[in-house]
Amino acid sequence: MQETDAVINARREMEICNACRYCEGFCAVFPAVELRREFSAGDLSYLANLCHGCRGCYYACQYSPPHEWGINVPKALAEVRAESYAEYAWPKPLASMFNRNGTVVSLVAALGIAVVLILSMLLNSPGNFFGAHGTAADSFYEVIPLWAMQVVAILTFGFSLVALAMGARNFWRDAGPREKIGPTAISVALWDVLTLKNLGGGGNGCNDNSEAFSMRRRHLHHAMFYGFLLCFAATTVGFIYHSFLGWPAPYPFVSVPVLLGTVGGVLMLVGTVGLFAMKLVDDPLPSVRRLLGGDVALLMLLAMIALTGLVLLAVRATGAMGLAMAIHLGFILAFFVVLPYSKMVHGVYRSAALLRRAVERNMKPLGGE
Amino acid sequence: MPDRTKTYDVLVAGGGNAALCAAITARQAGASVLLVESAPKAFRGGNSRHTRNLRAMHDQPNAVLTDAYKEDEYWDDLLRVTGGNTDEALARMTIRASSGVFGWMKDAGVRFQPSLTGTLNLGRTNAFFLGGGKALVNAYYLTAERLGVEILYDTEVVNMNMEDGAVRSIDITYKGFPETVHARCVVASSGGFQANLDWMREYWGDAVDNFVIRGTPYNRGRVLKNLLSQGVAAIGDPTQCHAVALDARAPKFDGGITTRLDSVPYSVVVNRNGDRFYDEGEDVWPKRYAIWGRLIAQQPGQIAYSICDSKAFPLFMPSVFPAIKADTLEELAVKMKLDPGKVRETIDGFNKAVKPGQIFDNLKLDGNATAGLTPNKTNWARSVDKPPYYGYPLRPGITFTYLSVKVNDKAQVLMDNGQPAGNLFASGEIMSGNILGKGYLAGFGMTIGTVFGRIAGQEAARRARN
Repeated sequence: MQETDAVINARREMEICNACRYCEGFCAVFPAVELRREFSAGDLSYLANLCHGCRGCYYACQYSPPHEWGINVPKALAEVRAESYAEYAWPKPLASMFNRNGTVVSLVAALGIAVVLILSMLLNSPGNFFGAHGTAADSFYEVIPLWAMQVVAILTFGFSLVALAMGARNFWRDAGPREKIGPTAISVALWDVLTLKNLGGGGNGCNDNSEAFSMRRRHLHHAMFYGFLLCFAATTVGFIYHSFLGWPAPYPFVSVPVLLGTVGGVLMLVGTVGLFAMKLVDDPLPSVRRLLGGDVALLMLLAMIALTGLVLLAVRATGAMGLAMAIHLGFILAFFVVLPYSKMVHGVYRSAALLRRAVERNMKPLGGE
Repeated sequence: MPDRTKTYDVLVAGGGNAALCAAITARQAGASVLLVESAPKAFRGGNSRHTRNLRAMHDQPNAVLTDAYKEDEYWDDLLRVTGGNTDEALARMTIRASSGVFGWMKDAGVRFQPSLTGTLNLGRTNAFFLGGGKALVNAYYLTAERLGVEILYDTEVVNMNMEDGAVRSIDITYKGFPETVHARCVVASSGGFQANLDWMREYWGDAVDNFVIRGTPYNRGRVLKNLLSQGVAAIGDPTQCHAVALDARAPKFDGGITTRLDSVPYSVVVNRNGDRFYDEGEDVWPKRYAIWGRLIAQQPGQIAYSICDSKAFPLFMPSVFPAIKADTLEELAVKMKLDPGKVRETIDGFNKAVKPGQIFDNLKLDGNATAGLTPNKTNWARSVDKPPYYGYPLRPGITFTYLSVKVNDKAQVLMDNGQPAGNLFASGEIMSGNILGKGYLAGFGMTIGTVFGRIAGQEAARRARN
């Protein structure tokens, strides 16, 4: 991690936090601070990615603005976090994708749809593309061949997974060596990831726009996250049905893949739209305005994936199926392509930070009694 | 917007813990309540915003406190720190009441850290607020607003118009403009006067210019002075204040907890002339930090310098300001604007006086002493010889003053003739001198504020509604 203004300010704030320690009950960040006397840029990147942005510490802080020290930990760490995404991006030249990330994600989404639409037009006669195929077996693949879907998905998603893994490796190395990762640490970290235990002031919830606590954000994120996982599970079950059991899509409404996908899609839609709506009313002071574009673009991309998936389900027996599927797959293609260069990376770095925290969970705070 | 023309049942002067406990309790008892806070909203909460915990009696472990802390042990602790400068009946009543406040506090939105997770080793005696005192104050304001307590920020009580031992009207400055408001009962919860430097100067002279006020700049003692000038009985030594050793680079006001420095027991402390002046290792720091404020206040320029080497540096909590660091003692002295020759001489003399063959243990009074110095260091004495060297400048930091209005067990303010004022109550720092006339027990200020705030709110509401 480079020494930047954001890093220098975060260090100043963490040193004040380390002398205060009142917030240690809120989340994992403050106990991690207490293990350190000095904060390297890598340490600050670790703390920044450990922060879930619940804002509990901002409202509780005796030194928050207009106090002359102007402590605003959620904002300071969000600045470092954003810089860390570019810092660890792989391959390095693509780090600039994190500048004006909202524009980048939106453009990739537009291109994704355009590419899939154009290709499916080229592959199909208009009659086939706009024809009603019913829900007979293989009807999807009469519009876009299965091989094309699989090749594109494996190439783009595979590349993204490699890029994410390289980013995680860069992140882990930057904060310095730690002892070996044991099964207990993995379990602890996994629990923290799956429950979002640290998103919400010691279990009381977030401070969205006032001193009052609320579980709204945690619940909406759960809806989005578990909705996403259900959709992923739906795709995986479909893949198994097709490849191993010889049952090609589409499947009836009352089938495992369609039910998983429908519930998942609705949850994703609720989560993404809810989180977007919260951005409109949240207190802007403990957040970083210039990061809003990338956040909103990703929320909208996920919302559009969910929405177009549900639309595809609704129109799959009609002549609109070809168009609906091309648009749905266009959004998914965009998602796969932009994955390692979007806010999605927060999932990787936050999980890695929680794992690191789990590894050091039994270390004793420095100083004090 | 509060209606400033109507007569409220209860007016609460102040906006910290004691004021909020009084206001919420009075409102819960059915009274209409106006709370008048002199600070703007961003700095509301008086010194409570800098607190962290509350000392509570308990006979068995609970969700927020370990083990047991019984009435007699609590009383013994109080007796020891006050040197008897307390009122046993009021103190024991406060101690007993402290065991029953948690349910009410939780209902009013206060959240606690689970026991055993506190930074300081106070998990047995003190319940820690999740997020500290400002989080507690925030929770109380939310509850007060929800219940319909009317709140005026940026509004100072400047004069309580007393007649025949009762408050008839209250002069305020509302955002700078003078107005008069009316209430059937008044609760004074407006703190001490430690932020009023001119008043402090009467007792300390120009040394106050070198004092740091740890808490809010809004505790100017205006109500306290006003009441004492109208025949209200005083208690507590007006010349005394709670003074601790702080990092000298602290802001003049509102630096709070982070400017404290725990380096003294593991360091050598010199004054501006480079001379040692007191036994740095007399006792563990929690029992000594409060005398060091006074010790430094008595040194030339009200400043001192703590010096340690890299062996001692990891043993104490970091201050908010980075240590001044150098590879030689002379260089360190120059950086701290001390005479390098003199500092070298003091440290060399100290190193020579450390008795050889001692085993250092920072976790207890290890008896490691110097011999032949005036004064000697009686614990944790080790040679200061392993570079790099670290230094911190220290100044007296004032926490609160002891001068108070006298009250009875109903939180009624007493007049000079010993009779209670008809409709005037008090809670918090403004009356803490009744119980805590000297010294300090961590978290006891919040205990007094909570217990007396609730009594004052209850009594004021009952009286106003009758």
